[in-house]
Amino acid sequence: MGMNRSYDVVVIGGGHAGCEAAAAAARLGARTALLTQSLTGIGEMSCNPAIGGVGKGHLVREIDALDGLMGRIADAAGIQFKVLNRSKGAAVHGLRAQADRALYRAAMQAALREIAGLDLIEGEAAGIECAEGRVIGVKTAEGDYFATGSVVITTGTFLRGMMHLGPQQTQGGRHGAKASIALAESLAQHDFVLGRLKTGTPPRLDGKTIDWTGLAVQKGDALPEPFSFLTKVITQVQVNCHLTATQPATHDIIRRHLHLSPMRTGAIGGVGPRYCPSIEDKVTRFADRNNHQVFLEPEGLEDPTIYPNGISTSLPLDVQEAFIATIPGLEHAKILRPGYAIEYDYIDPRGLKGSLETRKVKGLFLAGQINGTTGYEEAAAQGLVAGLNAGLAAGQSAAFLPRRDDSYLGVMIDDLMTRGVSEPYRMFTARSEFRLWLRPDNADTRLTAKGLALGCVSAARAVAFADKAAALADGQALLERHSLTSAEAMKAGLRVTQDGVRRTAAGLLAFPDISWGDLARIWPDFNAIAPEYAQILQTQARYAVYLDRQVAEIAALHRDASYKLAESIDYRGIKGLSNEIAGRLDLVRPRDMAQAARLEGMTPTALTLLSSLARRELVDARRGA
Amino acid sequence: MNFKQVARAPSGDTIYAVASGAGKAAISVVRVSGPACGTVLATMLRRPVLARRASLRQLCSPSTGEVLDQALVLHFPGAASFTGEDAVEFHLHGGRGVVTAVLRALGQIESLRPAEPGEFTRRALMAGKLDLAEVEGLADLIDSETEQQRVQAIRQFSGGLTGHVTLWRECLLGALALVTAEIDFGEEGDVPADLSKSVREKAAEVLDYLDTALAQHKGAERVREGVSIVLAGAPNSGKSSLLNALAGREAAIVSEHAGTTRDLIEVALDIAGVPVWLVDTAGLREAEGPIEAEGIMRAKARAARADLVLWLTAADQGAIDLPPNLSADLWRVTTKIDLGRDPRCGADLAVSVLSGAGLEALVTRLGDYVRDRLPHEGVALLTRKRHVLACESARCALLRVVQSEVSQPLDLIAADLHEAARALAQVIGLIEVEQVLDDIFSRFCIGK
Repeated sequence: MGMNRSYDVVVIGGGHAGCEAAAAAARLGARTALLTQSLTGIGEMSCNPAIGGVGKGHLVREIDALDGLMGRIADAAGIQFKVLNRSKGAAVHGLRAQADRALYRAAMQAALREIAGLDLIEGEAAGIECAEGRVIGVKTAEGDYFATGSVVITTGTFLRGMMHLGPQQTQGGRHGAKASIALAESLAQHDFVLGRLKTGTPPRLDGKTIDWTGLAVQKGDALPEPFSFLTKVITQVQVNCHLTATQPATHDIIRRHLHLSPMRTGAIGGVGPRYCPSIEDKVTRFADRNNHQVFLEPEGLEDPTIYPNGISTSLPLDVQEAFIATIPGLEHAKILRPGYAIEYDYIDPRGLKGSLETRKVKGLFLAGQINGTTGYEEAAAQGLVAGLNAGLAAGQSAAFLPRRDDSYLGVMIDDLMTRGVSEPYRMFTARSEFRLWLRPDNADTRLTAKGLALGCVSAARAVAFADKAAALADGQALLERHSLTSAEAMKAGLRVTQDGVRRTAAGLLAFPDISWGDLARIWPDFNAIAPEYAQILQTQARYAVYLDRQVAEIAALHRDASYKLAESIDYRGIKGLSNEIAGRLDLVRPRDMAQAARLEGMTPTALTLLSSLARRELVDARRGA
Repeated sequence: MNFKQVARAPSGDTIYAVASGAGKAAISVVRVSGPACGTVLATMLRRPVLARRASLRQLCSPSTGEVLDQALVLHFPGAASFTGEDAVEFHLHGGRGVVTAVLRALGQIESLRPAEPGEFTRRALMAGKLDLAEVEGLADLIDSETEQQRVQAIRQFSGGLTGHVTLWRECLLGALALVTAEIDFGEEGDVPADLSKSVREKAAEVLDYLDTALAQHKGAERVREGVSIVLAGAPNSGKSSLLNALAGREAAIVSEHAGTTRDLIEVALDIAGVPVWLVDTAGLREAEGPIEAEGIMRAKARAARADLVLWLTAADQGAIDLPPNLSADLWRVTTKIDLGRDPRCGADLAVSVLSGAGLEALVTRLGDYVRDRLPHEGVALLTRKRHVLACESARCALLRVVQSEVSQPLDLIAADLHEAARALAQVIGLIEVEQVLDDIFSRFCIGK
């Protein structure tokens, strides 16, 4: 007989979502267990060895602002840092780092072990025990039982995972790991709406067999910019990446063997992401191109494994070997592990609440790929929110509901629960209508205060946050105190419109060609502001005009969001609603008019019908009170 | 249950629209709803009105104080009104000129905007003023209204507005896709670098279309509202005489005596088939005392809104300074040339009402002037104020894109493009993120 224990929160899965979920719940003071098939696999980067990117980097900053782990771990394990989109505006800077996979795993495992009130337990979750529509416990294949009121499932691609390599099919969640069949069956009892998605990974190459001469070198930033607001400086050794490209001969081989690709043979029915296509897809869909870039990314400082980014494939191994050999530099490259495609189940996220709790089972939270997303950062971000809410639920506290206008966390969760997914969901900055406000530089301004209120932020971060806020307030006061007329500005060598207007230093800083340094030459007291804060203040001033224009839009969103729709509305019973929209409303159960308006296929007529219900519920609520 | 509190949910903007049918009628009703109704009453009426009582009041322009009409005014304070918000109704004399002037005046008050179709009803629903049974009936009505609007739109614009705006939107969608590709996928390989030039070109293209449509609209507005020509000049420069002379000529038929309640004398003429408002500022300048000062202020305000100012100087007078800040076209006219002095002395035209000299030439030139201001070809696309406002805000945003410096970061360019796209979307429908992404994935090979 196995052990029998009781926890406030049990997190199933030790990937990026599971780690954040367990850490977040424990930070709130919940007694938490992280249950995973393999303790040594905790924090594994099962696909590309990199964290961040455009949109994804934004998520990492937001995780960090709520005292999550990913940013700090990536800072410790990062071996090449690069801010993407450097020249395209502060709102779309993409923080990205190549990470050493072994260092990342080790740092993540160490960080989790340090967290008080968190137990790491090896075992396979085999069933979620429920009574009267709510979670009461988790049992494992090993015979252990954990009584709990809150469970977070973060099983990634492990739900009925099926790996494809040419015609060969293997059950499993990733290379060398078991699929979670029993758990899938346990979940099936609750009648969740399931869908099937696929993703792929390229073959891994032995760097010692690659001819590096003649390949283009890609360097990181000379001064690495950390993810975490708490990291002062990156101390890890930094390395280069290299660039090569597929050739017409490569494409010939792939085309000749397309009939062996499981995508083609119909063996894979799941939908793959359009933004991360396999090389088979690229060759077919963009037939006129002779080359596709291949980024050669190191998997670690001590590890000779190279991740060839851009050639994910599920062709048979001999075909992979043949086409790899046609790529410059890879003529004699040895494949350490073949590429493969993986198909897995996801649960339609339109059945989730904003807290990531399922509507069907109270106390059951879902995070990561199981909700139809792709990417470490998307998974970690959901893990954080689900973990916080599982912890809050255990303490009978109100849920933490990130919003579209305060974070990419809010954008992602709202997109998922409102519109569902038709392909693996990845974050882009284009998904946010408030992109200029949701910047990486102000993630702490947007979220850390909320985290403090929730109780998930450490004392050290609270102090750092307060110091920074005070420094920025000083700087802002300085910007408001000083001013120049347009003529005075011209005399001081600043290029502004000669309109006779007196502008504050903040107003001057809004001009594209005026920098903090220019102001410091006029007013020496500007030198007292530290450069990193000056940079933030400059960005704020620059974006202020544009943000003012968005105020009305944000107000309209809040207004619509103030019209609540009750959980209990019988949408199918409303005359005048089309069956299609009624069905979608029934599934999604929008919490307010703003969310309802974002539903796919929503019409003005349907909104008009709903708006009267929104009003009525408010009146009823007051009547009851 | 505290219904009042519930009904006073924040609704933000104050909206206005003509509530009675379109076209000429004896009476037109303009309805206003929202928190700024108090401001509307305070700025447009000289005396307050009692709630829920019909009161006869002069309506004044908030900017110039000019009397627009004698109207029946009703004030329905919030919660108990049709929309549940503060509401006001103006029952106006039905002429288009009066209604247009009142709508324009309302548009000048801060936080007021024209209502969207069905918005009064929607606010009534939001305020819980109708119950579900009524709403169900209404839903059908809204559907049929939409269908009617669609049919009407197609007929009215003869393949026009929707088609055009759809094309502009596609063009903007293309620009947005380029920017989005460069921002979100620019570092993932196969997106061509530096797309900002073609983005600017696309923005400039749509800007051109918008400029044309807005110019056409101005022409069409003139057809409806008339060209306004102000006679101004020193006392005794012959303004009244010229007005009477023009009004009495065959080519310029006096069609209506309007503005008897106004301090300015306006005469409506028909030149080249277009209504022309001839405004005489005469009596004002010659009055005495404090009223004179007030009169001069109004004359200047009127001149500032005119299309054309005829600046009159009698041949026996010395020239005086022109009013400053004139945005209107200006012709200098020497009058009373029968007095025998140098007929021109730098003026564009010279006339004598007494002998009739030069009058024919003046009327011919006025005819040319009016014809020049008509829409050149085709039918104007933009006939609704709401569409015009949307296009104007799209235009502003695109202007920022086109005129932006090379150093302008892409995220700000994207914000302006989005704003332009949103404004156009108000005319025809929403631009979805998914559409932009679809466009990107169909054109570029994304993904390392």
